[in-house]
Amino acid sequence: MRISEIITTLGAEVLTEGADTSREVHAACGSDMMSDVLAYVKDQGVLITGLTNPQVVRTASMMDMVCIVFVRGKRPDNTVLQLAEEFGIIVLATQHTMYNTCGMLYEKGLHGGNNTAQ
Amino acid sequence: MPNIHMHYVVPGDDFTRAGEASADLKARLKKLGMPSDAVRKVAIALYEGEINLAIHAGGGEIEVQVFPDKVEMTLTDTGPGIPDIDLAMRAGWSTAPDEVRSLGFGAGMGLPNMKNYADDFEIESEVGVGTRVFMRVNVA
Ligand SMILES: Nc1ncnc2c1ncn2[C@@H]1O[C@H](COP(=O)(O)OP(=O)(O)OP(=O)(O)O)[C@@H](O)[C@H]1O
Ligand SMILES: [Mg+2]
Repeated sequence: MRISEIITTLGAEVLTEGADTSREVHAACGSDMMSDVLAYVKDQGVLITGLTNPQVVRTASMMDMVCIVFVRGKRPDNTVLQLAEEFGIIVLATQHTMYNTCGMLYEKGLHGGNNTAQ
Repeated sequence: MPNIHMHYVVPGDDFTRAGEASADLKARLKKLGMPSDAVRKVAIALYEGEINLAIHAGGGEIEVQVFPDKVEMTLTDTGPGIPDIDLAMRAGWSTAPDEVRSLGFGAGMGLPNMKNYADDFEIESEVGVGTRVFMRVNVA
């Protein structure tokens, strides 16, 4: 799925500048626990989360993820967005809850991928 | 790939900066053309260690040696130390305060993760003296 389809599906707002929304992602992961993301993520390109601190961006970057979706209308501050731009990560914000966000994307074919413990 | 030596200081009073060392190392290794699998293992293992230095040890230091066939990382701190290492290594065991949990850490997954991603992992600690973690990631 392209990032642009995620944006339309969620009615999301793009918070980072110069985002290439034609990028393709093949799987996603939803979590508020960064050490779980670091443990279980393999090639999920999208992180869906309700946390907005800088470590969320750093975690996504360590996992080579390309897009972060902040749920429930949460907005990170500018330093967090700058960090994301530095790492080339596209940041989106949606009003939907975590559960609905995941469900809406899943329904459109963006699944969780292989995320069993290694 | 040339041999490289890096030294990083991790501050203990600014959680938002934890991860700078791992991000820097990751970018350097990528630039050197190291296979992305190895880069990712190094980055994740070091990032977990860096977070631990910041939240459990009041900061610390990281030494990195990059060789053509492996990356070696040593993290040292003069923090409180770990009373029971077997317990600390157990997935899910954590003493992180609520404030750390509210930031998305404190699942008790860091040390097991580091051991998982590293090809060699050693930890030694003395209460009241500090903790030393050694990790080696092989470059296939
Ligand atoms: N450098 C250190 N100095 C002192 N105690 C440590 C250090 N590293 C780890 N610990 C102790 O070991 C426990 C387990 O560490 P681990 O990294 O596995 O989990 P965590 O940091 O609590 O949570 P997570 O890593 O999932 O965010 C910590 O809660 C802490 O009590
Ligand atoms: Mg930890």
